[in-house]
Amino acid sequence: MKPAPFSYVRPTRLDDVVGELEEAESAGSGKVIAGGQSLLPVLAMRLGRPRTLVDITRVPELAGLREEGGSIRIGAAVRQRQVEREAAQRIPLVGHALPWIGHREIRSRGTVCGSLAHADPSAELPAVALCLGAVLTVTGSRGSREVPAADFFTGAMSTVLGGTELVTAVRFPAPRAGEGFGFGEMARRHGDFALAGAAARVRLDGGGVVEAQLVGFGVADRARSQDFTGPLAEAVSRHGQDEKALTAVMTEAVSEMAEDVVTAGDAHASQDYRRRLIRVLGTRALVRACADSRRRAKR
Amino acid sequence: MASAESSTGSYVGQPLARIEDPALVTGRGRFLDDLDPLPGTLVAAVVRSPHPHARIRGVDLERARRHPGVAAVIGPEEVLETLRPFPLSLKTPMPYYPTGTDKVRFVGEPVAVVVATDRYTAEDAAELVHIDYELLPAVVETADAVREDAPLLHDSAGSNIASDRLFDFGEVDSAFEAAAHVVAGEYSFPRYSSTPMECYSVISEWREEAGGPQVTAWSNFHGPFSMVPVLAGALGIGAAQLRLIIPQDNGGSFGIKAGIYPYVALMAVASKYAGRPVRWTEDRIEHLLASSAGSDRVMRFSAAVDAEGIVQALDVDFRENVGAYLRPPEPATLYRCFGNITGAYRIDNVRLRSRAVVTNKAPTGLNRGFGGQQLYFGLERLMDRIARTLGQNPAELRRRNLVPTAAFPYATPTGGIYDSGDYEQAVAKVLESSRYQQLRKEQEEARARGELVGTGIALAVEPSATNIGYVGLATPAEERPPGRDKSGSTEHVRVTVDPSGTVSVLLGTVPQGQGHATVARQVVADRLGLPLEKVVPKVDMDTDSTPWTVTSGSYSSRFSPLLTSALVEAADRVAETIKVAAGVLLEAPPQDLELDGGLVRVAGAEERSVAFRHAAGLVHWDPGALPDGVDAQLYAEAAFTPPESTAPSRTDQINSSLCYGFVAEVVQVRIDPETYEISIQQVNAVHDAGTVLNPLLIEGQVHGAMVHGLGGALYEEMSYTDSGQPTSTFMDYLVPTSAEADFPLTGDRVVTPSPVTKLGAKGSGEGSSMSFPAAVASAVEDALSAHGIEITALPLHGNVINDLLTRATP
Ligand SMILES: Cc1cc2nc3c(=O)[nH]c(=O)nc-3n(C[C@H](O)[C@H](O)[C@H](O)COP(=O)(O)OP(=O)(O)OC[C@H]3O[C@@H](n4cnc5c(N)ncnc54)[C@H](O)[C@@H]3O)c2cc1C
Repeated sequence: MKPAPFSYVRPTRLDDVVGELEEAESAGSGKVIAGGQSLLPVLAMRLGRPRTLVDITRVPELAGLREEGGSIRIGAAVRQRQVEREAAQRIPLVGHALPWIGHREIRSRGTVCGSLAHADPSAELPAVALCLGAVLTVTGSRGSREVPAADFFTGAMSTVLGGTELVTAVRFPAPRAGEGFGFGEMARRHGDFALAGAAARVRLDGGGVVEAQLVGFGVADRARSQDFTGPLAEAVSRHGQDEKALTAVMTEAVSEMAEDVVTAGDAHASQDYRRRLIRVLGTRALVRACADSRRRAKR
Repeated sequence: MASAESSTGSYVGQPLARIEDPALVTGRGRFLDDLDPLPGTLVAAVVRSPHPHARIRGVDLERARRHPGVAAVIGPEEVLETLRPFPLSLKTPMPYYPTGTDKVRFVGEPVAVVVATDRYTAEDAAELVHIDYELLPAVVETADAVREDAPLLHDSAGSNIASDRLFDFGEVDSAFEAAAHVVAGEYSFPRYSSTPMECYSVISEWREEAGGPQVTAWSNFHGPFSMVPVLAGALGIGAAQLRLIIPQDNGGSFGIKAGIYPYVALMAVASKYAGRPVRWTEDRIEHLLASSAGSDRVMRFSAAVDAEGIVQALDVDFRENVGAYLRPPEPATLYRCFGNITGAYRIDNVRLRSRAVVTNKAPTGLNRGFGGQQLYFGLERLMDRIARTLGQNPAELRRRNLVPTAAFPYATPTGGIYDSGDYEQAVAKVLESSRYQQLRKEQEEARARGELVGTGIALAVEPSATNIGYVGLATPAEERPPGRDKSGSTEHVRVTVDPSGTVSVLLGTVPQGQGHATVARQVVADRLGLPLEKVVPKVDMDTDSTPWTVTSGSYSSRFSPLLTSALVEAADRVAETIKVAAGVLLEAPPQDLELDGGLVRVAGAEERSVAFRHAAGLVHWDPGALPDGVDAQLYAEAAFTPPESTAPSRTDQINSSLCYGFVAEVVQVRIDPETYEISIQQVNAVHDAGTVLNPLLIEGQVHGAMVHGLGGALYEEMSYTDSGQPTSTFMDYLVPTSAEADFPLTGDRVVTPSPVTKLGAKGSGEGSSMSFPAAVASAVEDALSAHGIEITALPLHGNVINDLLTRATP
């Protein structure tokens, strides 16, 4: 379990990061290393053999965690744990999701942008980014572009990033008036990757549902988002705050989304069990999001 | 009773903190990887088979040998040239070497070793080793391996059944004929491990001396030392030409590191060809693939039960999956619980068929709960099934069948002698503390409301201090050569007093983190009337200087019953000499003297005393003053040799352990009716391990064993795909962490001192690892009782519950 030989550079300017990636690409292959929590096991098992690792964690331009035009902007060097400590209240759905990522030790090294770039289909942050409509900043030698989360993920462990590009930041929108959030997942143990999980965002206006988005993860090659505004609006107009009735009605609606789940299944969860989890967790997340919205409105 | 022998001292029985811990928690532990005993040692990487079953057509080591920094590369040719097959426990033609030679038989089996300046270089060169494989069909489950047309693991054996024995005690057939009910079930117990934090670690040095090769090896092996002759046998040298050194700190084992010895041999071969000492440190993937694990077992149990629910006879069939080789001490898992196969129950008639089957999985070996995990899963599941069949309460049914308190010492039909116990009291206690009967009513109501809650119970007789004679049972009595019997649970110590009166204690138990030094100090300080700090235990092992025998080591929970008994004997011998010396100084007869408070006193005349250290000083500095015929010997060795541990009888009975403790456990679970997530709500346990030497340590053992049991019950499984590919990382092999182990636990105890050990202590390291998986299964089955589901396999988790419920509701 020792990596194949590689060289390692740790630039302190973003330009140099891009330059190093370009150079590494022409010499074979280069890879960004951020927290190393996903990359190092890949190297140690020799499942990947980049010739050069470009460490981005000492670039001051990538270190920022700040508000910016109604969003929270998280730079590529910012660790998950820092966000958990400093910004969980301001981006509540991210705050709900973070404690589910591995263990504290892992979150204190792993970065938010690294998790997005890694694009594990069972990871929490890509699902949350999708649910909130986060926007990623992608930088390469030809400059920077803004990519909405919905366009960023292209499959299991794959994104629109080019070989010499990196994510420099991600912006999560802060909650708007009437918004509420729900999150839940099931893993075999605390800290394991989810067998399945769900993130929900709803917006209520005068007691009525005007927006409802549900994202399921861990069940396909990438997180899947679906609009539930119609069914949820109808359910809430009929049952109001009766959670039992809401749950029953929404379970029906979410079932259809669950039936779309097609996975090979493994020793930890069959396709059938994952469908059940999506149905249960998805419904719970939506119902919780409604309650959350009302709770926020009262504050 | 042992109470007459019991210590009158003040330390035994106290919850003293472990003296081992300060160094460990401040990073000053001395594990093998921290040590560099032979400067210039090279580092090895092992090339392993990616295939479960293949013929080795050719091995090309040349490119790897030419890689810069590589000193040697060895493969099957060098192994065959240097080693003989390891001597097996049975005469089964299934030759076992540390590498595949003709074939590979499991994923992860070593084929070649690269020796280089460092591990990185060695792994780089390992990629250059080319092995030409001809793939063969694999077989992973015993049900498939025993088929007539199954692919053969070992062509020379002609069958995958390495051992097949039938034992019959009492009148089994007539009991079944007379039975009011015959209740039977088939159960399977998963293959799982203990995954110690520190993996295997070895340094081997091969030297050519005038008298032949001499091998010196450092490793974190911990016994049984019966593997030392096995190792020497493969190396073709006497045990005296093999020196084994084991550092003081071992990062856990729970039995798993008993399987390290093939690597000691393999690295010795590597050292021979490299001309330098060779170090190999196992990584986690290697560990999961190819170190060792408890065996998976398929069991059929059937019981002849009378109208009252009393079990009159048991008919048992064990099919043990020992993996690709019958690696010694296997097939021991099958026999470790031979004497206690009837568990907590008085059952006079027993039939047992025991088969050890080879498959394309990694070889098995010792694992906490060895043999008992499997046995009690089957036996306790059967007891639940009997209760259900007869419409009885599961606890009540068990109570009726218990070995009665008045029956101890109790002889089991298979030869076990349960030394002491009060099962009735222990069961009564656990039922009371868990509010068992009331709880069951409450839960029935909750289940009627749609909740999935349940309570399970399991009882286990916990064997400790193995009698190695049981390994002999795998060979039919008529084939066991007379005069070549095996038996014993011997344990050795040396106690030495220095001129300043400080006592050093050399233990042969090779602890893996249990705290032997802490308890040894308590026992010796008490026996010699000394303050704790005057006793200095040494636990590192050097086979050239530490007293040892083939049964030495830490396994089968043998420290508390055996080593402390040896300590009592050795300390008492030293005390005799101290008294003679003090008698000279006090002008008093030695038999009038007693040791207390660091002094030697005349009993009844407290003012007449000398310091212990002055008495010790006299022996060292002024032996001429000793009475005639008294040797100036302030060290004593003892080999505690319990007469109860004898070889198997001609009728195949054996007292397979010296001591038998007891565990009664009640577990409550709740299952989320939607996600099927299982959570353990409450555990009530009562343990009897005889005299308690240190309550803190015993509590640690109970927790540890329970969490190990939790692993098998809900999380861990070394699973293989049908094609023979195993789990190989902690991503898939799920060990419970502190987050999973925070269930509420109420523990209690019953103390029935053992009459066969010096302090009345029994082992206590494994009990709950045997009972807990069965208790959890019992609880989950109860929670799902409305659905008529029976739990016959482990581990249990949401996915399994989903499968069971889907199948139950067509
Ligand atoms: C035991 C354990 C448990 C875990 N459990 C979970 C879990 O439950 N849920 C979960 O989501 N994750 C989990 N993780 C993964 C963890 O969240 C990682 O930190 C995260 O996935 C990657 O972040 P990183 O900063 O460590 O990235 P690295 O490991 O450094 O990199 C990962 C990949 O992303 C690329 N990369 C990183 N940053 C950038 C960037 N800015 N631009 C372009 N490419 C980039 C790298 O080149 C590499 O390919 C776990 C990890 C461990 C070790």
